[in-house]
Amino acid sequence: MSSQREQKPRSPDSGNISGKPSEFTTISNHPIRRIYTLEDLSSWDAGRDLGLPGSPPYTRGIHPAMYRSRLWTIRQFAGFGSAEDTNRRFRYLLSQGQTGLSVAFDLPTLMGYDSDHVFAEGEVGKCGVAISSLADMEALFDRIPLDGVSTSMTINSPAAVVWAMYLAVAEKQGVDWKTLGGTLQNDILKEYIAQKEYIYPPKPSMRLVTDTIEFGARHTPKFNTISISGYHIREAGSTAIQELAFTLRDGIEYVEWGLRRGMAVDDFVPRLSFFFNAHNDFFEEIAKYRAARRIWYKTMTDRFGAKSPRSRAMRFHAQTAGCSLTAQQPYNNVVRTALQALAAVMGGTQSLHTNSLDEAWALPTEFAATLALRTQQILAYESGVTSTADPFGGSYFVESLTNEVEQGAWEYIGKIDALGGMVPAIESAYPQREIADASYRYQMAVDRKEKIIVGVNAFTGEEKPLETLQIGESVRAEQSLRLRQLRAERSNQEVTRRLSDLRSAARGEQNLMPLIYDAVKAYATLGEICAALRDVFGTHEEAPVT
Amino acid sequence: MPEKRIRVLIAKPGLDGHDRGAKIIARALRDAGMEVIYTGLRQTPEMIASAAAQEDVDVIGLSILSGAHNTLAPQLMDLLKEKGMGDVTVLLGGTIPAADIPALKQAGIAEIFLPGTSTQDIVAFVRNHAARKT
Repeated sequence: MSSQREQKPRSPDSGNISGKPSEFTTISNHPIRRIYTLEDLSSWDAGRDLGLPGSPPYTRGIHPAMYRSRLWTIRQFAGFGSAEDTNRRFRYLLSQGQTGLSVAFDLPTLMGYDSDHVFAEGEVGKCGVAISSLADMEALFDRIPLDGVSTSMTINSPAAVVWAMYLAVAEKQGVDWKTLGGTLQNDILKEYIAQKEYIYPPKPSMRLVTDTIEFGARHTPKFNTISISGYHIREAGSTAIQELAFTLRDGIEYVEWGLRRGMAVDDFVPRLSFFFNAHNDFFEEIAKYRAARRIWYKTMTDRFGAKSPRSRAMRFHAQTAGCSLTAQQPYNNVVRTALQALAAVMGGTQSLHTNSLDEAWALPTEFAATLALRTQQILAYESGVTSTADPFGGSYFVESLTNEVEQGAWEYIGKIDALGGMVPAIESAYPQREIADASYRYQMAVDRKEKIIVGVNAFTGEEKPLETLQIGESVRAEQSLRLRQLRAERSNQEVTRRLSDLRSAARGEQNLMPLIYDAVKAYATLGEICAALRDVFGTHEEAPVT
Repeated sequence: MPEKRIRVLIAKPGLDGHDRGAKIIARALRDAGMEVIYTGLRQTPEMIASAAAQEDVDVIGLSILSGAHNTLAPQLMDLLKEKGMGDVTVLLGGTIPAADIPALKQAGIAEIFLPGTSTQDIVAFVRNHAARKT
């Protein structure tokens, strides 16, 4: 064994790096050793811990041939302005080779308000598409046959309502619900933890989620009725292990609620999907995805006794880390996104969104969105990494790191179990506090230049202005006009009746999806339906943890 | 006589729920010895102006990542003026396109802090620019 001295990292020439030798840790502060050898895997067993792709414990991926038989879905998150604006962008992206749709809604829609609500002022169409009624949804999918493409919808508190609109559009197009593919984010737990787009308190919100899962299990067997997400938890500043642990523990919570509803585990778990971040630290991310599959396999088998492989093989979408992209020297972001996307692919993702270079400034221009799409296509067709499954399998480093990330996640899952589950943990602000602490620690490390961000705290330069997408205030005015027209043309009597029926049902225990669907078809607006539920469920306010 | 501590209100106007930055700034200013009140999410400009008056703050820090800054920030500035609080220093951080900055400064925002700003720079700015009430 060589007795080489540890090499101290040399300071780069710019002169504005501290020059102190740093500990070698991941971006999540996880220590990384100088070298990994066979000795690091002394208690590792390839048969038990690695397996083959498409077989337990799914460490290597969920399909035997992985990308050789089918590439990940290129699914770019998009949405801004009016339904017509977004429809145009959707059709453009599909024409450029995107293989799945992903809808970004504006904040009023996300929070259950119509575009003409007083709280919607200044916000309509600014960070996603404005959808206030079934009419808007119809416009959104104009000339897009829903049996030809799958759609992911990033919507949480009003997910049931927006999904009902999607199902109504499918019905109008003559598409059989049994063939409808797509994903509904619908993960309310991570809203309390990180994204904060909650409307109602936790228990009625979990009821709504369980209603959609149950409805989907019966009527839309190809539709993922939930996308259990770590992306937002990571964006809020968590470590990779926290992202993994909190997401999986959220998953456990949804399974428990589904079982309490009376569903058999293998009847609904196959349509629970997941959504992870693809952050900067290349190997930590790959280890995270591999650990995720192994933990879910073990959990579904040992904790829940699932029999179907479709319940035990975790499917996930990944998105490159928005929070890692900089306002300074924005073209650097193209490189960051490419590396992050590569990690997601080498980690075996089923679906991928790559961010645009102007992420820190505004919603993407067509140019930036196209370049982000091309990034995936270059990965898919030019890099060669798709030719074999789990290229890093067997690496001393990656297997060790996978073990360590898995171990760290189990510890957190245990802590949350001890608190009584995720809902109690959220109520005591446990995950929120962990995330606030991790995000502060990271910021301090960046401020002290212990973590370098190129172009921001090192290698800075003169900034050139960047042309960005401008969204005007006219969308709100147009939407307000449309809503006035809608309310004049529909049967307000029927709307009132449907909303009243919904309120009564919400007070009881029946599945609300059929009633929401009826309200949507009567052209009750999103805001009206959400308000009706607010009347029964109340609203949630957090006690913020800084 | 000990110097009066600078009082800062950190606010999240509008529907935007992204609070990572606001919480970090609140903590950094607190660690720097200031009195910091964090409003929590989904505050209207009216709520922020009332809180600022009630808490008698020297500085307001707004965090907006939703794109609604061109509506919400000027609304707050108008309310502050109405309440005779035009001397309060108002700062803005978040997702703010460069093209929007001149108009925001024109409306009275003292400074806009883009993603990538260090907490030390913000602490220093607040120390140097906090309006002091006599």
